[in-house]
Formats: sequence, structure tokens, C-alpha cells
Amino acid sequence: MKGLKIIVLAKQVPDTRNVGKDAMKADGTVNRAALPAIFNPEDLNALEQALRVKDQIPGATVSILTMGPGRAAEIIREGLFRGADNGYLLTDRAFAGSDTLATSYALACAIKALGGADLIICGRQAIDGDTAQVGPQVAEKLGLPQITYAEEVLEVTTKSVKVRRRLDNGVETVEGALPMLITVNGSAAPCRPRNAYLLQKYKRAVTVTERQEASNDYIELYHDRPYLNIVEMGVKDIDARLEDLGLPGSPTKVKKIENVVFQTKEAKILGPSDANIEGLMIELLSNHTLG
Amino acid sequence: MNNIFVYCESEQGVVADVSLELCTKARKLANQLKCKLEAVVIGTRLKGVEKQLFPFGVDVVHIAEGDALEPYTTLPHTAILVKLFQEEKPQIALMGATVIGRDLGPRVSSALHSGLTADCTSLEIGDHEEKKSNTVYKNLLYQIRPAFGGNIIATIINPDCRPQMATVREGVMKKEVFSETHKGEVKNIDVSKYVTPQDLVVKVLERHTEKSKVNIKTSPIIVSGGYGVGSREGFQQLFELASVIGAEVGASRAAVDAGFADHDRQIGQTGVTVRPKLYIACGISGQVQHTAGMQESSMIISINNDPEAPINKIADYVILGDVSDVVAKMIKYYKKNSK
Ligand SMILES: Cc1cc2nc3c(=O)[nH]c(=O)nc-3n(C[C@H](O)[C@H](O)[C@H](O)COP(=O)(O)OP(=O)(O)OC[C@H]3O[C@@H](n4cnc5c(N)ncnc54)[C@H](O)[C@@H]3O)c2cc1C
Repeated sequence: MKGLKIIVLAKQVPDTRNVGKDAMKADGTVNRAALPAIFNPEDLNALEQALRVKDQIPGATVSILTMGPGRAAEIIREGLFRGADNGYLLTDRAFAGSDTLATSYALACAIKALGGADLIICGRQAIDGDTAQVGPQVAEKLGLPQITYAEEVLEVTTKSVKVRRRLDNGVETVEGALPMLITVNGSAAPCRPRNAYLLQKYKRAVTVTERQEASNDYIELYHDRPYLNIVEMGVKDIDARLEDLGLPGSPTKVKKIENVVFQTKEAKILGPSDANIEGLMIELLSNHTLG
Repeated sequence: MNNIFVYCESEQGVVADVSLELCTKARKLANQLKCKLEAVVIGTRLKGVEKQLFPFGVDVVHIAEGDALEPYTTLPHTAILVKLFQEEKPQIALMGATVIGRDLGPRVSSALHSGLTADCTSLEIGDHEEKKSNTVYKNLLYQIRPAFGGNIIATIINPDCRPQMATVREGVMKKEVFSETHKGEVKNIDVSKYVTPQDLVVKVLERHTEKSKVNIKTSPIIVSGGYGVGSREGFQQLFELASVIGAEVGASRAAVDAGFADHDRQIGQTGVTVRPKLYIACGISGQVQHTAGMQESSMIISINNDPEAPINKIADYVILGDVSDVVAKMIKYYKKNSK
């Protein structure tokens, strides 16, 4: 019997959860460089569900697919340390400026190029955008059914899954046939920690680009241990239409960015007059703090 | 053609509040654009559902009724919207940023190759000039939303693709009857022409829903009261302000201990920690055990009659005055100035 093939979609994101006042520049903009790049939290929840399926179904494999710059290979290594079998880094200048739709098109093409999957599992949303769009958009592009906001894969066979998912005001259990795309909610089980053995095994896992940048000390290693090669894919590897990628393939454009936070070094002191309070409400409305 | 469409969620024939809020907003946009407002309702027990929608200014209600359409599953609702939008070519399509809307919206936008902006906090109509190609786009939907952990506000547009799609959370827009006597037209959708048996592959086996509990942790705005609020009745006024501006109510431990507010609202070292966009501290002195739970708020407004209250040191605005007087004025002037 052929094993179940699982692809986990993951993203490297700036850690926006702890943007305190110190991560803000004097002009009120976010200092992105000051934020560490991390494995998107809900993608880790997704990885855990994938690994649990792999634990249950003999021969199942878990691959991580991420789209991003070269350094996003870090999260693939992180995934390998926690139990994934291999990883693919989708990276190309042509992807720059992608909105969720162009991103999902690229990911869908990559999944097809990898021969498809029985289960595609991803986090509900990424903390740098909070859109929750990429998962369903990939499913649509691949013509697959989807189960979003999943909390737990309750049962899985090589033919179907049963999943408990979160609703706005409760939970429900749904069942569907494979292939299927599942997005996993942050309320699902946390991801298992790195495994000491896997950490040893995969610590030198790199992409071709990383290998070229590093010293040549271990060159034979990559020949003898093919699992240490993180596969890099570009536009030419995924049979995608250029006009549907990156900025040209993105229907949404950012017209304007405004900062919400404006630093007042000292508090502004107001008396309780009608005029003062009306002025404050107008100010809060016009800078979108309210409304 | 080229009207505004709102996807309306319904349960057992009752249209969700978030959908009525969207209809209210969409009616205003439709007036500005001089086009019609159309609603789509998909589910069961929909006979007469249009009566819930017409007062909100809906001109056309599309109804798709069938047992397989409720409870919601992704594919049949997607199939109906995608085909309907292909036929009707809306310029704008809105839905709630609920579990359903955030499941459905991206599917539809992916199928139609149209842009979608999630969790908008404001929607406006405006023009856009593309300098490079020297093109002016008239009457686009400005989709305004916080981004990057809530620290910036982005205005997103979809110049070329239609429909321009957006989702909005419950409570962000106001629900207001447009006219009790407004009447529109009903169009029944022949479900069998839109939904195929393959669309029914995902089955809901079991469902448990409950009333939502207090959720101050995720609220972007918190109106918080301390001992200085004086009484449980005083807190009622904070609830009123909160409901008007779309906030949750929090409390200091002194207020909880005095019985003014319930324990699940306590903020601080021994309560919950919050990081809202705006924290309005009403009659709270600002002891460190309290500020530990709220000092990372993006903006803090303190309402206190003591200029020396410690909380004033971490506040962005201090209103020196009596809580009940100031809060009453906030409610009044928010209502007056918000559209
Ligand atoms: C171990 C420990 C844990 C604690 N954990 C918490 C915690 O989790 N959360 C918490 O909040 N506290 C906690 N506390 C208690 C904390 O130390 C303070 O006692 C408490 O926060 C004070 O609450 P308050 O500001 O509402 O009351 P007060 O300190 O009594 O302040 C009332 C304020 O209201 C103002 N005021 C009065 N009347 C008016 C009016 N009419 N109009 C305007 N302003 C008015 C006053 O000027 C004053 O500033 C903890 C304490 C300990 C020791």
C-alpha cells in the first residue's frame, strides 16, 4: 500500500505578537528589523496534526513547503527537527510583492509539481497578515475540499478524515474524503518539541544556495546523505504563468499605510469640557483608533 | 448589473447580525455609487427571509434553499456564489469576517481571481491614480484594515479585478434600519443548477454551539473601570460606552473586590493580561499589579480626578475629571461624530 502523502504549508513571519512600545521607532512605525523571524505559530499547530497522522498511518510522509526568501529554510530545518521527512523552499524574485491570491497560486503550482498530496495541512492564518486566506485559496486552485479552523484530526484513514473544528460559538465534527486541505486553529495541540536525535540528524540540512555560501568542508556529506538537501524550487520548476505571480498577479494593491500609534512622550492633559472631549473623539475616529 | 452584493449568513431562517450590519453599510455605499444593493441567503427555512432584509435597504434578495445547504459547508455555498457572481458581475461583494465568511470568501475570490481584504475596519469609496500608467480609477472600494499586529492601518484597493471583496467582523459596522417601508424583489435560485453532488463531500456529523463568554483578551478596545467608578451602576455606564464604540469592559481588582464587576473581567497580575489598541482606564489609580496587565496597550487614556494618579504616567491622554461626567460626554460625542 502506498503511504499517505502529507504536505504542510508553513511561513516564516516576523514575531508581531510582542510589538511593544520598544519595537516602535520614534516616528511611530514598526521596526521590522527588531523583530525576530519565527515559524508562524499556527503552522506549528498544523505540523503537529500532520505528525500525528504520520504516527498513525504506516508509511505516511510529511513534507514542509514554504514560500519565502532564502532564510526561510530555517523553518524547514525547524520542521525536520520536530519530525517532518523533508522540505521544499519555494523562492524566486518573481514571487516578490505577492498578495494572498498570487501566493496561493504559486503554492498550488508547487504542490502540483510535487505530484499533489492526499492531505495538505496549514495554519489558519499567519500573524503578519491575519488574513486566513491562503489555505482556502490553495484548496480552490487545486479543486480540493477544505476543512478550516480545525482543532483536532479525530480519525484518519487513507481515504477519509474526521475533524473537530472551531466555530464562532462552538465546535462541530465534520468528515470528508481525501484528498483534502485542512487549516489548523491556534487552539489545537501545540507542536511537539525538537527531537534530540533529529536535531543531530538534520543539523546540516541546507538548500543549494546555503551550501554554496558555506565552506566546502562537508561536500561529500550531501552526496552520501541526500536527506540533508532541502530542495529549492523556483518559477521554472513549478510550471506557473508569470503574469499570475508576484505583484502583477496580485489583484489587491496597498494604496496607503498609516501608523496607528503616535508616541506622545508626555501625556496630553485635558480638562473635562465638552469641547475637549469632542476634540478627542474626533481625533480618535480620524486616526482609526476608534470606529 | 455591477451592484453591491452582501452574502448573508442565516441560521434556521434568521439572518445574522453581522450580515445586517454589512447591509447597513452597503446601502450607504450603494447610494454613493448609485447602484443597487443585493443580498444572497443560502440555507434552510428561508421562506419570507426577505422581510428581514428589505428594511436594511436591500433591493434584491437571492434565495437558495435546500436541506443540504445548512449547516454551512464550504463547497455548495462557494459554488452558488461563484456562479451567481459570474452571472451578475457585482462590483463589490461583502461578507462577515466570521468562521463562515473567512472560510468562504477566499474560496470565492480564488475562483474568480478577485482581490479580497480580510477583517476590514472601515470601507469607503474613493478614486485612485496609477502614476506609472497614468490611469485614473474612479469610485474604488477603499478596504481599510489594521495590519502588522494592529500597529499600522493599510488602505487596500483592487483596481482591476471584480468583485472587490472584503470581510468585516461582527460589531465593526453599525446595524441601522434604512426604511421600514423599503421594498425589493426576490429571486429564487434553482439550487440544482448550481450545486453538484460532488460539492457535498464534506458532511457535518455533530455540532455544539453555546453563547459566547466575556472575551477581553482579544478585544482591540477595552473600557476598564476601577474603584473610582463607585458602584455597579457606574459600571453600567462603562458597558454603554463599550457597546457604542465596540469595546469590552475590564476592571481593576479593587472594583472586582467591591463587587462592581465580575472576576472574569479583572485585568492585571492576577487577572488577564491584555494588549489592546486602546485602553480607557476609568477611575483606576494604576498600581503596578494592575499596569502589569495592560501597560503594553498601544494607547492609554486615563480618566481620573487626581492629577497625581500613577496611571497618568503611562497614559497617552489624561482627562482630569469625574468618571461619570466624562464617560457620558464620550458616548455623546462618539455618536455625534461617527458616521
Ligand atoms: C499580590 C497582588 C496581586 C494583585 N493583583 C491585581 C490585579 O491583578 N489587578 C488589579 O487591578 N489589582 C491587583 N492588585 C491590587 C492593586 O495593588 C490595587 O490595589 C488595585 O489595582 C487598585 O484598584 P483601583 O485602581 O481600581 O483602586 P484605587 O487604587 O482605590 O484607585 C481609585 C482611583 O480612582 C480615582 N477616582 C476616584 N473617584 C473618582 C471619580 N469620581 N472620577 C474619576 N476618578 C476617580 C482615584 O483618584 C484613584 O486614582 C493586586 C495586589 C496584590 C498585592
